[in-house]
Amino acid sequence: MSAPAQTPPRISEPLKPRDASRAIKRSSIKRDRFFPYALSAPAAFLELLIHIIPMLLGVWIAFLSLTQFSIANWVKAPFVGLQNFTTALDPNGPIGSQFFDALGRTFLFTFLVVAIAWSLGIFAAVLLASKFRSNGFFRTLFLVPYALPSYVTTIAWAFMFNQRDGMVNRFLVEDLGILEEGPFWLLGGNSFFVMVVVAVWQFWPFAFLMLLAALQSIPNEVYEAASLDGASLWKQFTRITLPMIKHANVVLLLMLGLWVFNQFDIPYLLFGPVSPEEATLISPLIYQQSFNNWNFGVGGALSVVLLIALLIVSAFYIRLVMPKGKSIDD
Amino acid sequence: MSAPHFKSKLGRFTAITSIAALSLSGLAACSGSASGSGSEEAGGTITYWASNQGSSVTQDEEILGESIKRFTEETGIEVELEVVPWADLYNRILTAVSSGEGPDVLNIGNTWATTLQASGAFVPFEGEALEAIGGAEKFVPAALATGGAEGQAPTSLPLYSMAYGLYYNTKMFEEAGIKQAPKTWDEFLATAKKLTKDTDDDGKVDQYGFTLAGQRTANNAHSAFILGMQNGGELYTTDGKPDFTNDGVVSGVNDWIQLMGEDGVVSKSNAEINDGSVLPGEIMDGNAAMFFDQAPGKSFNAAGFKDYAMAPIPLKNADATGLEATQSLVAGINVSVFENSDNKDAALEFVNHLLSVDEQKKLNAKYTSLPSVTEAFDDPAFDTPEQQAKKEILANNAAPMPLFPTEGQMESLVGEAIAKQFARIAQGEKITEADVRKALEDAQKQMPAS
Amino acid sequence: MIETRGFRILRVFGLAFITLIIVLPLYVVLTTSIKPLKDVRGAFEWIPSEITLAPYLDIWTTVPLGKYFANSLIVTISATILSVSIAILAAYALSRFDFRGARSFRLIVLSTQMFPGILFLLPLFLIFTQLERAVGLQLNGTYLGLIVTYMTFSLPFSIWMLTGFFAAMPKELEEAAMVDGLGRLGALLKVVLPVARPGIIAVSVYCFITSWSEVLFASVLTNSDTRTLSIGLQAYASQTDVYWNQMMAASVVVSIPVLVGFLFAQRHLVAGLSSGAVK
Repeated sequence: MSAPAQTPPRISEPLKPRDASRAIKRSSIKRDRFFPYALSAPAAFLELLIHIIPMLLGVWIAFLSLTQFSIANWVKAPFVGLQNFTTALDPNGPIGSQFFDALGRTFLFTFLVVAIAWSLGIFAAVLLASKFRSNGFFRTLFLVPYALPSYVTTIAWAFMFNQRDGMVNRFLVEDLGILEEGPFWLLGGNSFFVMVVVAVWQFWPFAFLMLLAALQSIPNEVYEAASLDGASLWKQFTRITLPMIKHANVVLLLMLGLWVFNQFDIPYLLFGPVSPEEATLISPLIYQQSFNNWNFGVGGALSVVLLIALLIVSAFYIRLVMPKGKSIDD
Repeated sequence: MSAPHFKSKLGRFTAITSIAALSLSGLAACSGSASGSGSEEAGGTITYWASNQGSSVTQDEEILGESIKRFTEETGIEVELEVVPWADLYNRILTAVSSGEGPDVLNIGNTWATTLQASGAFVPFEGEALEAIGGAEKFVPAALATGGAEGQAPTSLPLYSMAYGLYYNTKMFEEAGIKQAPKTWDEFLATAKKLTKDTDDDGKVDQYGFTLAGQRTANNAHSAFILGMQNGGELYTTDGKPDFTNDGVVSGVNDWIQLMGEDGVVSKSNAEINDGSVLPGEIMDGNAAMFFDQAPGKSFNAAGFKDYAMAPIPLKNADATGLEATQSLVAGINVSVFENSDNKDAALEFVNHLLSVDEQKKLNAKYTSLPSVTEAFDDPAFDTPEQQAKKEILANNAAPMPLFPTEGQMESLVGEAIAKQFARIAQGEKITEADVRKALEDAQKQMPAS
Repeated sequence: MIETRGFRILRVFGLAFITLIIVLPLYVVLTTSIKPLKDVRGAFEWIPSEITLAPYLDIWTTVPLGKYFANSLIVTISATILSVSIAILAAYALSRFDFRGARSFRLIVLSTQMFPGILFLLPLFLIFTQLERAVGLQLNGTYLGLIVTYMTFSLPFSIWMLTGFFAAMPKELEEAAMVDGLGRLGALLKVVLPVARPGIIAVSVYCFITSWSEVLFASVLTNSDTRTLSIGLQAYASQTDVYWNQMMAASVVVSIPVLVGFLFAQRHLVAGLSSGAVK
């Protein structure tokens, strides 16, 4: 991280007039040493400004007592050592117990959403991998939820799941008549289920898109050979398709997993600033502690713990699924 | 920036013009940022964050725009107005406080006054600053008391005063043969039960006696305060420690929660509502007959709805006195000046304008609230039966929300605890007083030590 | 996969099932957007009692939607163009040069993808304020602050994807171009980019969608002048009546730019991804 940051901030090279090209070629070896740094400098600068420095500051905040008494002059907020961490992680304390509940719930949420989104994605991708009439139509249609802004779709879902006047209860109670009274979808245990539905609906097209792209890079001859050998469809899928798209899967699952795990917009737009107990995920919990309760130190401590957990899980995952000597970005 | 490579004249020309253009745009950027953070010259421009008091942001912009126009004509000071929706206001203030970058003048919910005072980011109104707006004497004392902690100079001054009242649909009362608004909690329950019925005989209740916004934390906290007081309990001890679990508070909160639970006079679907602004609609549509609110008049007026009336919130004990006769908090909106303002003189002048007798009359009339300045408060223009009743409540039956720096946290935590109980009831659980006590206990544990 | 009769039957039912899941919410949004207000105040009805286009006219006056729309366009388009340009440069460096620090740079960029946004919401705000004081550069509440933030959000994915894309392209392409007298940068602009077009389109679409949909940072970093659609749209709900029909009409309207762009780029998207990201 230090290397690109120290490079001189040369953003671009002026285009050379044609007659100067020979001189440039002669010095190109020397220039090449700085060239990659110059190219990466803008990206490094932005990453530093928007991601790295704020993250370090966030970690620092976790060691401060930052409340309404100190926020106006936060540079001088009192240092309290690990106190925020002991508050945040005490499993018997009110915040700690919420945190551990939310952590487990977020893992479950992530697992469910990723698993369902991936299954739907691979199913649709296999169906649409080969060319047939109206193939393009379905492809486009299936990608629509991904293109729609997530605040639009989440608000629409909240509208549909409204207990008294929503479409879902109208369907269950009046059209099907299988329920006497419409259940509450946005309160209690159901709210977790609704959150999963909304997240899957929004995220599965991304899985579909990536998997479709991966399937298209498998040459058809492989299948032809297999089907001549009499391999069933299922066998072709498990023996050929899955192994061939393994690298795409590794990346897709990691990206999807991180997005879902850090999800904030969906619960916030579905439930408002305070999620139901049964559906409180980690990011909204941190938001609540920080912005509703003005306890930024504790919010910061929770974020740091979350970040460490994510790093460990990701590193473990990469070790587990990547062959030795290969890295995720190869 | 160097330009050694350009050989032709054309090249040099391009280089020079581009440098000139760059430096020009640099200058423009500088002057742009300077004006953005408020001008230094006297007169000049100030920014004003107003809370959303009207039935919509657009209505606020109209009402306040007129007031600002009068101010600018008089003083030559320009005011940039931003109406901040309630959902954003607290966060916006918070970010302003933490960054020191904010408006010159801003509105706050008066219950936040002490919490925000503790941040030290607002100008205390004492000495010259207080004289500049006409001295403490001009205010209604109860309203002024919301400006900050006791014994300290207030950092906010009351702008619009409000009080909770029981609003009801008069047509529904008539149809049910109810002559009078209930005065005690028992009468209130009896009335509410009478109004809760199945109007079209399909076996389902479709009209309820009362309505509330189950997930709206602020309203829940206010009810906990009022009903707690009526039951003889306060949310804080006198030395500022949270005390959510004393018997009075627990029974008060329990009364509130059981409206949906045991009493069944609130539709369970109300447990989902997280925005109080839809409640007047419930009354207008005839879904429910009564609700507690501060100033819903403007919403009724906007819809041309006339069949409503107001009465004081019923009392637990008909002959209660003192704190147990609390029927409202001293509700309202206060105005503050940001300590980091570059133009405090102009800011104070604007506050003075908003608190002048004339503006107080005009603004409060539009917002169906009450003036906080005595001379306007006593004006005959604010003497409709509803306003007289409100004045009475503010004078005799209202107390400010606890004036301690953790009030803000208390509102979120107690409000959330109550919201969760409504959610449990909606899903068919039975909530007992012991459950209520437990929930309040958990809320109290999360309060920051102060 | 080789198509059998069974596969074709499965396909018909599978596609029908997925189509239903996707179309149902879209149906609700579209029909609600053409209902009169009285239809949306009570229980949901499948068929509008009458069809009206009034919500599509009213949305512009209930809330200053036009302004929010313009703000979103300015922020999103700027962020997309800048972010993709910067990602191209960095990805090109990573795929073509073996320089000291390249590996850690790549790793750090990738790992920033996992930061929960909530972690640096307040810190970022505080840093913007400090910058404002130190350099006089206004970032909070301006387009610039939001653009810079959104640019960075989509950088990790863009860099990572384009790196894969460039790496898959034969080096001889540029070498030939450089022999022809184009510099490194000239080769990148004139030779590499045209070939990489599908990948660049895929990344641009991703960046556009990410910025257009962002809620959390927009709620803190914008003010009434720079408010974007993601925050502005919620204003339809905070009226005395929840104007659900207008809310849905506005939803349709704000979705159009992304949908149009997406449909236009869709063809390149799969191609871009299959040669870049998934190899």
